Amino acid sequence: MSLAKRIIPCLDVDNGRVVKGVKFVDIRDAGDPVEIARRYDREGADEITFLDITATHDNRDTIVHVVEQVASEVFIPLTVGGGIRVLEDIRRMLNAGADKVGINSAAVFRPEFVKEAAEKFGSQCIVVAIDAKKVSQEGEESRWEIFTHGGRKPTGINAVEWAVRMKDYGAGEILLTSMDRDGTKSGFDLALTRAISEAVSIPVIASGGVGNLDHLADGITQGKADAVLAASIFHFAEYTIEQAKKHMQARGIEVRL
Amino acid sequence: MSSVAVIDYGMGNLHSIAKALQHADSRVNVQITADAMVIRSADRVVFPGVGAIRDCMQALNESGLADVIREVAQSKPFLGICLGMQALLTDSEENDGIACLNIFPGHARRFADQMLDGDGNVLKIPHMGWNQVKQTPHPLWQDIPDHSRFYFVHSYYAAPDDQRDSAATADYPQAFTCALAKDNKFAVQFHPEKSQTVGLQLLQNFLAWDGNA
Repeated sequence: MSLAKRIIPCLDVDNGRVVKGVKFVDIRDAGDPVEIARRYDREGADEITFLDITATHDNRDTIVHVVEQVASEVFIPLTVGGGIRVLEDIRRMLNAGADKVGINSAAVFRPEFVKEAAEKFGSQCIVVAIDAKKVSQEGEESRWEIFTHGGRKPTGINAVEWAVRMKDYGAGEILLTSMDRDGTKSGFDLALTRAISEAVSIPVIASGGVGNLDHLADGITQGKADAVLAASIFHFAEYTIEQAKKHMQARGIEVRL
Repeated sequence: MSSVAVIDYGMGNLHSIAKALQHADSRVNVQITADAMVIRSADRVVFPGVGAIRDCMQALNESGLADVIREVAQSKPFLGICLGMQALLTDSEENDGIACLNIFPGHARRFADQMLDGDGNVLKIPHMGWNQVKQTPHPLWQDIPDHSRFYFVHSYYAAPDDQRDSAATADYPQAFTCALAKDNKFAVQFHPEKSQTVGLQLLQNFLAWDGNA
């Protein structure tokens, strides 16, 4: 027995409320983030990730208050992503009680930001979030590219090469989301997950597409991920975290129960 | 009211540890401080840390806190956490070799690259997540089941010269020392402030500990 594979529920937060978009449109309200975080903690979540999707800059303070409140009563690692663009954003989140921050488009615009962030705050708190989409055609060797703007804007950057570069720049972990699968409930892009996980020496969190508990287990056994992230299957109480862990354990995966 | 000083030397976020200590015992006076007087007068001292060892030791040496830590580590219940544990050793392999506080004789070593798990998968570095901790009897493990999982995130681990200083081990994939104990001193590689119930219990035990092993 050794290190457990992690289950990480993700809360997409818009103006202080948890929402879940399907392919980043059609947003459903799923409740109060502090209350939901408390429930996930009780059910045995290994970490909690908050993704701030608040569009207007003025309302960004709401996520800080959410993190502060959660951090004062939930004692597991907390990650905050969304709108992290400058070192001051990171400091603000860490001071609010976050343990890690997720950097996404800011890394694409200026990769050195990841280097600066890791030097300033340590690799352990820098998660680079990668949104990737398959660009190869049927019959070709699989190839994925980085997309920004919620999956709408291609960058021409090869996803596997990007992950390696981000690791070299000091990322402590990769949060990998398949934009083809996000919100579809058809399972992770396992080939993508495996390609990235085998290319980097740092932990990889698989994200995007979980619709049932076998999908979570597949992310570990076939995708070779170190952790699996899901949102809607937990928010709408289709499954509890505990059920998910027991299912993974039954599939031969080591979990914290 | 008893007091605990959390040493602030600019290495990482101390709010989590302060909040967790307060949660573990609402009556204790928790102070995040760089003030030698406050540290010297506290009943207990917590020495946390994240980041790189070179920056850590530089900050401790330049601020004079290195001497304060050596002093209070001799006299009162003292808890090192994560990098705060590695800094108590003689030296670390990180940053091409850095001399540390030499409170526990031993070395911080890096996990080897390309280690394999039981299924032949390459083990990731940093060692990140919840791992089982095998205890050696000590008052700070009270009411914590042996083999409980704690949250780790680190690439270097403590190799004490004297195995009797080891208070716990974890496997990755080989057993490594993840807690050190001697007299009034205790140190852990994992993050009790992020280890939910068992972590809070360890902090509560520390806040109740008289410093006798």
